[in-house]
Amino acid sequence: MDFINNTVERTTVQLQKSDFESDQMVKWCAGCGAHAILAAVERVFPRLGYKKENFCLVSGIGCSSRFPYYVNTYGIHGIHGRAMPIATGVKVANPHLSVWVATGDGDSLAIGGNHFIHTIRRNVDINVLLFNNEIYGLTKGQYSPTTPMNKVTKSSPHGTIEHPFNIGELVMGAQGTFFARIPDNDLTQMTEAMFEAAKHDGTSIIEMLQNCIIFADKAHFGIISKENRDENMCIIKDGQPILFGADKQKGLRLNGTNLEVVELGKDGITIDDILVHDRYDPNPGIHIMLAKLGPPHFPRVFGVIRSAMFPTYDDLVEEKIRLGIEESPIKKMDHLFKSGETWEIK
Amino acid sequence: MTKMNRPVEERESVVVKFVGDSGDGMQFSGNLFSESAAFAGNDLATFPDFPSEIRAPQNTIAGVSGFQVHVGSAKIYTTGDLCDVIVAMNPASLKANLKWAKVGATLIVDSDAFDDKTIDKAGYTSNPLEDKSLTKYNLLKAPITLLTIESLADLGVDRKIASRSKNMFALGMLFFIFNRPLKPSFKFFDAKFKKDPNLARINKVVLEAGYNYADTVEAIESVIHVSAAKLEPGFYRNITGNVATAWGLLAAAEKSKRGLFLGSYPITPATEILMELTKHKSLGAKVFQAEDEIAGICSAIGASYAGKMACTTTSGPGLSLKSEAIGLAVITELPLVIVNVQRGGPSTGLPTKSEQSDLYQALFGRNGECPVIVIAASTSDNCFHYAYMAAKLSMEHMTPCILLTDGYLGFGSSLFKNPRLANLPPINPPVAKARDKNYKPYKRDPETLAREWAIPGTDGLRHRIGGLEKENITGVVTTDPLNHQLMVNLRAEKVARVANYIPEQEVEGPTKGELLIVSWGGTYGAIHSAIQEMTRAGKKISHTHFNYINPLPKNTGKILKSFKKVLVCELNSGQFVNYLRMQFPMPNIHQFNKVQGLPFMINELTEKFNQLLEEK
Repeated sequence: MDFINNTVERTTVQLQKSDFESDQMVKWCAGCGAHAILAAVERVFPRLGYKKENFCLVSGIGCSSRFPYYVNTYGIHGIHGRAMPIATGVKVANPHLSVWVATGDGDSLAIGGNHFIHTIRRNVDINVLLFNNEIYGLTKGQYSPTTPMNKVTKSSPHGTIEHPFNIGELVMGAQGTFFARIPDNDLTQMTEAMFEAAKHDGTSIIEMLQNCIIFADKAHFGIISKENRDENMCIIKDGQPILFGADKQKGLRLNGTNLEVVELGKDGITIDDILVHDRYDPNPGIHIMLAKLGPPHFPRVFGVIRSAMFPTYDDLVEEKIRLGIEESPIKKMDHLFKSGETWEIK
Repeated sequence: MTKMNRPVEERESVVVKFVGDSGDGMQFSGNLFSESAAFAGNDLATFPDFPSEIRAPQNTIAGVSGFQVHVGSAKIYTTGDLCDVIVAMNPASLKANLKWAKVGATLIVDSDAFDDKTIDKAGYTSNPLEDKSLTKYNLLKAPITLLTIESLADLGVDRKIASRSKNMFALGMLFFIFNRPLKPSFKFFDAKFKKDPNLARINKVVLEAGYNYADTVEAIESVIHVSAAKLEPGFYRNITGNVATAWGLLAAAEKSKRGLFLGSYPITPATEILMELTKHKSLGAKVFQAEDEIAGICSAIGASYAGKMACTTTSGPGLSLKSEAIGLAVITELPLVIVNVQRGGPSTGLPTKSEQSDLYQALFGRNGECPVIVIAASTSDNCFHYAYMAAKLSMEHMTPCILLTDGYLGFGSSLFKNPRLANLPPINPPVAKARDKNYKPYKRDPETLAREWAIPGTDGLRHRIGGLEKENITGVVTTDPLNHQLMVNLRAEKVARVANYIPEQEVEGPTKGELLIVSWGGTYGAIHSAIQEMTRAGKKISHTHFNYINPLPKNTGKILKSFKKVLVCELNSGQFVNYLRMQFPMPNIHQFNKVQGLPFMINELTEKFNQLLEEK
């Protein structure tokens, strides 16, 4: 099948960060991880080379969803949980737009959970910045679908009794084609993942471990803080062996159907024993295993975990329309009016 | 058996109903009969009457499926209250439909389908064909199943397969009684069964056998002739309300050059609009079958923001789910057509039956001060016009519009004169111009108060909108109290000013007097027919039927005040009447309501009208 290439129109001038800065006051709390994510977006958008009018930001409700007001693009701030279908409508209506969604763990995984999985299943070509702070911030501190079990929050004074989602596992369970995980304290990782998400054709989900300084401060501290990152954070790159640790002496090895942590030089382990990351593998098996790993027995895996090629929904819509136009004699309404069983009364 | 010469009986109009088991092909026979009437130049209206279950148990009342058609030489306004002819393929369908037969009606029944078991299943204690309970009717018992099988014996068709064509045998009998030519149906079979000529042949043979059989039946004493109706010259088709709605939306998309986007989720009785629109990819229609009602409307809002003529289609419960998103379209001041094919409620209610009980929901069913344009179609064919107008007004005034139809209009059909796109009213949405230095998201047209539609991708118009209240003109997020008051007023006034762009309300009959009947939406046919009957009997009575509900036409109050008594008839507990009373607090507004999942009957209306005329 020939694919229609829904390319986004390119700019003829070099854009700057200032081209995307909005004149609105940014009203997130001082020290909120969202500021860093905004900085990363302002750094990535001019580098993508698209015309600045061809960006469209869509959001739902929550702290993260104020995002469109803070970036100078076309933008629509929607209703709680519904950013995904709004973005789907924008993209299908005009596939030549670069469509970005800003959403949170409550917005996308609780009230918008249904839209989240179905958008991913369809592989609509949109880029999703999922701010995961493991708490409801804007409503002041209730637990979310990613809050760890037993955590005390304002709506779980005796600890939560719910099993949290692992976002990567959910994305790939819904047949996701792109999943990356990044921390909000590393601008390089953020910009890289956003760049890859933009390049990927299909629904790109970036889980951003974001800190809510007021209601869930240091929720990700055990993994992404300076003290813990060497042991608990494993940044993976396509085509490279998966190593971590202060001096990159630890790695992941596939042993039968399980992953295990091994140390280079110990028990005869060499670099050749270490699993090499293939983010393009159509089979999500290893990707799901990588997404699920975490302390205490494993590090948490960061970077682009999956980026597999599958047709996008919006391309297929255009393709069906092209075929329809080619095959049907009904090219305009006046043809439709004359079609089928009609008769003349004189 | 010999053929006879029979006298021809001239009739102005005839109501025929085909009834049988869900799998008996009653919809197919009914449609073919309607087509034959249309080709003969009759006006007509049809309505399929089927259970919400797909194949309920055979030979039970629950499994009865029907198709009613009203044909005539004068304008036809309803599918008819009572039937002149009923074709019943089994005892259950006869039992369920006998109450709709006129005294003296012709009943054509398949006597082969009446055995102890089926008679018992239908709930009869004795065989109605033998126990003289049908003496009030002209009963034609025919061994339809057996004759169908015999007619196909030469073709070597298996008995079981052959018996499935019995609906065509019955149709052939009707064609004889109505003196219809068989040729158009033959042509239809050839086209429909192009890939299986044998099926076309089977249908032709059985249809002709039924026709010839009827010619030999002595009980058929005369044949019926319905003259051609005097219709405006032009090309016509038979169209259901749901297809007409889909076409109206498509026509508006082409006229406005904005392209159609539908975001929808299947729901009875609105699904046919989704299915019709998705066929027309060659017209550029983008149809998104969403994961739920909310995603349907939200995708449409996204598409509308991106510059498409966006719509979403649903029925009552679905409209409930869409309420919050309608509010988003109201506050972002984006065009959006929401079609609600009403059904009986609340909750799942009566999915395949019709009511007008979603009017309050359409007018008021959202949080906050949240006005939208509300329009209601009144016949199957004018669903086209009102869908077109809903899209036109929504786009030109930059506000959502709810179009109310209902199950009877949507599933029912009537004749539709093919329009030409060039003759439809122009649609000019206020699209913002590229690089307009003065563009502001909430700057308004001084006449309509509509803001401009700035479409993503356009140079120089980047802006943000959303569900938070915005400052007028600039679109900056604000909770300023006076600005909120201003925006609430502006959104209301914008919708109110649509009254300057819709036709004045018309009155049929004297423009002042004793009694004015008021109706809206899908009840036009029944009420018009009842008033015609009263007028013929010399009664002075006027009628005004509303299609534009919010805003109301500007002369509404003047009309209401010109009559001593006003009677508002509607298929709910009094939603439109209270809406009128809110705006025109007058003591003389009476109401007549029915909420049974059934349309008004002409005799119940005339009874009520007479009662009001007699009361002093």
